[in-house]
Amino acid sequence: MNEQVNVLLSIEPERYELREARAYVFELTRRDLFKLLGAGALVYCASTKAVALEESGRGQHRDEAMPKEIGAWLHIGEDGKTTVFTGKVEVGQNIRTSLAQAVAEELHVPIAQIELVMGDTLLTPFDMGTFGSRTTPTMNLQLRKVSAAACDLLKDIAAKSWDVQRDQLVAADGKITDPISKNSATYGELLKGRELAQLIPEQDPLLPATEWKIAGKPLAKAEGRDFVTGIHKYPSDQKRPGMLYGKVVRPSKFQATLISADVTAAEKMAGVVVVRDGEFIGVAARSEEMASRAAAAIKTEWKAEPQPSNENLFDYLRKNPEARERSNSSLDQSSQASAGASSGQLSATYTVQYIAHAPLEPRAALAEWNGDKLTVWTGTQRPFGVREELAAAFHLPQESVHVLMPDTGSAYGGKHTGETAIEAARLARAAKKPVKVVWTRKEEFTWAYFRPAGLIDIRASVNPSGQIEYWEFTNLNSGGSGLNTPYAAEVRSEHFQPTKYPLRQGSYRGLAATANHFARESFMDELAHQAKLDPLEFRLKNLRDARLRAVLEAAAKKFGWPGAKKSFWQGFGIAGGFEKGGYIATCAEVAVDRATGGVRVVRLVSAFECGAIVNPDGLRNQVEGANIMGLGGALFEAIEFEDGRILNAAFSKYRVPRFKDVPVLETVLLDRKDLPSAGAGETPIVGVAPAIGNAIFDATGVRLRSLPMVPNGMKLS
Amino acid sequence: MARVTNLLVNGAPHKIEADSQSTLLSVLREQLELTGTKYGCGEGQCGACTVLLDGVPRRSCLTPVGDTEGKAVTTIEGLAQNSRLHPLQEAFLAEEAMQCAYCTSGMIMSAAGLLRTDANPTESKIKEALDGNICRCGTHPRIVAAVQRAARAIKGGTP
Repeated sequence: MNEQVNVLLSIEPERYELREARAYVFELTRRDLFKLLGAGALVYCASTKAVALEESGRGQHRDEAMPKEIGAWLHIGEDGKTTVFTGKVEVGQNIRTSLAQAVAEELHVPIAQIELVMGDTLLTPFDMGTFGSRTTPTMNLQLRKVSAAACDLLKDIAAKSWDVQRDQLVAADGKITDPISKNSATYGELLKGRELAQLIPEQDPLLPATEWKIAGKPLAKAEGRDFVTGIHKYPSDQKRPGMLYGKVVRPSKFQATLISADVTAAEKMAGVVVVRDGEFIGVAARSEEMASRAAAAIKTEWKAEPQPSNENLFDYLRKNPEARERSNSSLDQSSQASAGASSGQLSATYTVQYIAHAPLEPRAALAEWNGDKLTVWTGTQRPFGVREELAAAFHLPQESVHVLMPDTGSAYGGKHTGETAIEAARLARAAKKPVKVVWTRKEEFTWAYFRPAGLIDIRASVNPSGQIEYWEFTNLNSGGSGLNTPYAAEVRSEHFQPTKYPLRQGSYRGLAATANHFARESFMDELAHQAKLDPLEFRLKNLRDARLRAVLEAAAKKFGWPGAKKSFWQGFGIAGGFEKGGYIATCAEVAVDRATGGVRVVRLVSAFECGAIVNPDGLRNQVEGANIMGLGGALFEAIEFEDGRILNAAFSKYRVPRFKDVPVLETVLLDRKDLPSAGAGETPIVGVAPAIGNAIFDATGVRLRSLPMVPNGMKLS
Repeated sequence: MARVTNLLVNGAPHKIEADSQSTLLSVLREQLELTGTKYGCGEGQCGACTVLLDGVPRRSCLTPVGDTEGKAVTTIEGLAQNSRLHPLQEAFLAEEAMQCAYCTSGMIMSAAGLLRTDANPTESKIKEALDGNICRCGTHPRIVAAVQRAARAIKGGTP
């Protein structure tokens, strides 16, 4: 188990919510048990599989090899319609568009002829999930290779059938043409509906970004019209014949165990199905309102141990380290202490509160059983992971579970798990009808998972010439992403120290890179002021990474760094960093209201570079969105909790950025056509909080070291 | 409990079966299958469920269906005329004013209400009118630009 977790941490520190046990473990029904017993050898297979699943927590971390046949990824119909199959999913990052651009480019087919089938466990190749900004560097590349191979194959077929030289053929606009013999045929005519069973070659030259004609262009969101007309069916909009609506009865607190439940009143309601299975209590009814009434009529008693609250959160994290640690250190433990004692050092502790993703579409799933086959439509970033969860929860072989992911109302790292799918499936099995479960906003704020809270200790020293000599950085609990400083330091020691934690926690856009950049880039500002150097100059002096330097300089130029303050209460800040192949620099201007202590972010200027740009407007949209989302976590978002309960599980109590909070946004995109394309959904968020914090310091002389920084404005003397 | 059996939605009368206290949102989504109107919070805080009631933006999650009798309900599905998109819909596409687009229906309906009372709203008027609508993806500046574009299109007669 430990080894498994270590491997997991080293690959994906962000996903350690997956360590947790499953929420519900359903016993086999007598019928299922009988079946398994009757099936002889199957018993052995099924049970070892179940054990393996539990060993690895939520879902196995197998990285199944990608299929090598073109046909697994691409099908061209006789009418020329090109269908692309990918396990990646669409949650608003608009990869349905950018992936189609990649295919159109290499296959030389009009983008309008391309349709993507995404995140369907029956139709698409296995995929670990849509997270970590991996779609562009991996799937975009894969589909380019597939498309290039398919195009080559089409030329082979044409050359053979026309008996001409393959090299003289031209692929364009969904056709192969021979300029010499004047032969021409559409892809559909050449293939006649046959599968592309050939293998994708290991090496197949792809078009360099400098020659892109469709990729690199600002194409609009695929099927945009369906979204502005309300036609698109999100997971929560799905419907099946005879469908019921489900509700689950929730515990009074986290970690609570059920003492008693009285379901008699609910069972007496006409048309209501009540399920009690271990700790799972739920209902299904003909309308959502009826289901809510029935769930409310169930009286339950729970017991739970006392749990931490906001007020002792950081004390709790500090006092409860866990054994595993991820480090990057040029020091051994003993020399660390002595180095730490040298003179001229600055040290500080930064903290980050728990925050919620609050995707506007809450978790939703519709489950339908057909005998022992289960079909679930749900909004998840990991359809194949949810398939595993369902298979484990219901003791089914994976082949019996089909998960489909309709384009979903956002996720931001918050929809990795399949609890709603399991709930809907459990209710549907009892009701013998399809059941849809859509979480309420309160459920989403309470029973989803959060971006981890964290505590970051930093200690550093700078020599008289402004070079960082010593750098020590320890993150407790929030994670290892973005842990390592991009700045040169003679001696450095960086650790991620997991701890016990009081709330369910997991991935979030940018992961711990937001916390780590907030701490590091704010502290860089502290060091710059101590060294009496301009914050940008201090960074550049200590920087060896040319790409990070480029974005810092680009953002500073656009912003007009260092800027001239028009009043004492105006402030400017800068921050930068890199993560997941992307480089970001952010400049902020803030205005602090001296009378009220209110902080207004006036302007945010970002410069971002992630290699060759696949869709400039889509990219700009992501950078802008990351800035606005980052603003919430920087200024006011925080989960309030007490003894196992969330106190602000509503949009009226949990403040998210609104129109009036949004500053002027300016975005500079650096297009490096000579570099591979990296993902962009996450990294632009990491510069926002430190840039704003540094600007607040510039305006007020007050250093804010806790996120959120000003949930209630500032107290100015 | 009083029952409601008729609802005028997008210009057409519909037969429904609902308690008068049922929310307009649940009736639209469950009985009429007009799922373009979204659930986001159930407390009138996010605006995803916004519809027009006699031309005025209303949060359908807080509106008892009994309050809508005899009034005209317009949902996102009823905005386009003869398959010709409303200028706001065109403008949201032109400005790429969406990411996941789950908030889009509510944004468009709130903006439609605004443009009925103010054909030429300033940027701050738009922000004020839409401040009760949440977009978690952070497309706010694009949404403001889209509303301005639609206002120009309506005034000029061309989208």
